Amino acid sequence: MSARITLATASRILRQLRGDHRTIALMIVVPCVLIGLLAWVYKDSPVPIFDRIGAPLLGVFPAVVMFIVTSVATLRERTSGTLERLLTTPMGKGDFMLGYALSFGVMAVIQALVATTFAVWVCGLDIAGPLWLLVVVALLDALLGTALGLLASGFARTEFQAVQFMPAFILPQFLLCGLLASRDTLPTGLKEISDVLPLSYAVDAMKELTTNSDPLPNTWSALLIVAGWIVVSLALGSLTLRRRTP
Amino acid sequence: MWVSRQKTRFHQVMNNSSEPAIVIDNLRVTRGTRLVLPGLSVSIPGGQLVGLIGPSGGGKSTLMRAIVGVQVIDSGTVEVLGQEAGSESLRQRVGYLTQAPSVYADLTVRDNVEYFAKVVGAPPGAVDQAITDVDLADHADALVGRLSGGQRSRASLACTLVGDPHVLVLDEPTVGLDPVLRRDLWTIFRRLAESGRTVIVSSHVMDEATRCDRLLLIRAGEILADSTLPELLARTGAADAEGAFLMLIDRAEAQGQGSAA
Ligand SMILES: Nc1ncnc2c1ncn2[C@@H]1O[C@H](COP(=O)(O)OP(=O)(O)OP(=O)(O)O)[C@@H](O)[C@H]1O
Ligand SMILES: [Mg+2]
Repeated sequence: MSARITLATASRILRQLRGDHRTIALMIVVPCVLIGLLAWVYKDSPVPIFDRIGAPLLGVFPAVVMFIVTSVATLRERTSGTLERLLTTPMGKGDFMLGYALSFGVMAVIQALVATTFAVWVCGLDIAGPLWLLVVVALLDALLGTALGLLASGFARTEFQAVQFMPAFILPQFLLCGLLASRDTLPTGLKEISDVLPLSYAVDAMKELTTNSDPLPNTWSALLIVAGWIVVSLALGSLTLRRRTP
Repeated sequence: MWVSRQKTRFHQVMNNSSEPAIVIDNLRVTRGTRLVLPGLSVSIPGGQLVGLIGPSGGGKSTLMRAIVGVQVIDSGTVEVLGQEAGSESLRQRVGYLTQAPSVYADLTVRDNVEYFAKVVGAPPGAVDQAITDVDLADHADALVGRLSGGQRSRASLACTLVGDPHVLVLDEPTVGLDPVLRRDLWTIFRRLAESGRTVIVSSHVMDEATRCDRLLLIRAGEILADSTLPELLARTGAADAEGAFLMLIDRAEAQGQGSAA
């Protein structure tokens, strides 16, 4: 692996994105629109539901968007032959993975800042914990989506399949993450599964900072688990890159 | 004329072209259920311009993929510059052009070439040179997705040339190009071979065979001929490369049927 190649790859991907205004707009605007819709849905609710689930969903939406964008982008690289070509050069598999993680990480920072700003100042999201932590968790969640997307694209052969992996990889995690039913109330078996899935911890952290004015002591372990998943997904994803193909 | 001949001889002495750049021994490759290369052995000398010709589906691209180390092989060995094909130290020194252009359609020609230059660590000046070599200077800032088919494949070629590799494996670099461009590209390939690079070019166009130092004729995964064009013409008694090619293919097909019967 080499810093030169990783950085060249990250800047090449950002340059590709820069030419694609619609994708950038979708990455930044879609999470805001969803948050806005959610705020509107609960506008007249007597209990502050938006304040309770706004933050957790602020973690989920970016992860979903980044998952789709990343898995399609890397799949395109496989089907266009550019990946095969790159793997005949000095580029390491890690360079490729980190290049994607870095460039989409930059997008994730922008996305997290915009979505948090929108949720707090436009939709009036009120959380007990510090705002910077909300941004950090949203960013980690977006990176998690990117890392899972890189991993999933290794198993997709067509762009159709890559897009379908979103419901396959993300929706089960969404069902089990504790937003629909509290994770303690899940039946045996499901509870254990939910204990392994990364989105559960992303949502745990968001829930904690919704209600606790000093959430850091209770969230850092969840954040570590999410970060661990990001690293593991990137490592597993690089294993799906094969220099030699049939 | 005199200067260029003098130069050629000088470089041949310099490169010690008797030393093979690529040695393939008993290479066997299955793709899907098809046995594409049943057991191919060949040795390709360094510093030469070698033409890989043969009918469609004969295994040219498969052989090239094995040489650059992206093909899963069943058995046999492929050695490039004394090392196993695809090994890490070779990746700086072997340049590969895939048959289908593999460039980023949503980037400009220059962005593409600059990126591949950075990946192989080429000096900055190499970018403009490579773009000029493939005659795309006028289109350097055009998006690859908006280029014509021939322009796109030249953009892809520029990305291979920019690294100035020792061994160039070019899968049909001139397909679909007009005679002027083909001549210009072959001039570049010749120049590279004369400066000591080993250049392997696959092609369907028989008049291109006359431009090669050496020809490899491959059909159904087997080498039918491995010689210079004059040797090939003498052996077959054909008038030109195309005649020799057809004669050898027909002979091989007749033999195939004979042994099957
Ligand atoms: N990905 C693949 N999976 C299975 N079989 C393949 C694959 N690619 C090629 N083949 C088969 O391998 C054989 C050799 O293909 P190859 O691409 O090496 O031929 P070629 O000589 O380069 O042909 P062309 O001149 O048309 O490019 C063909 O019969 C083809 O059907
Ligand atoms: Mg081919």
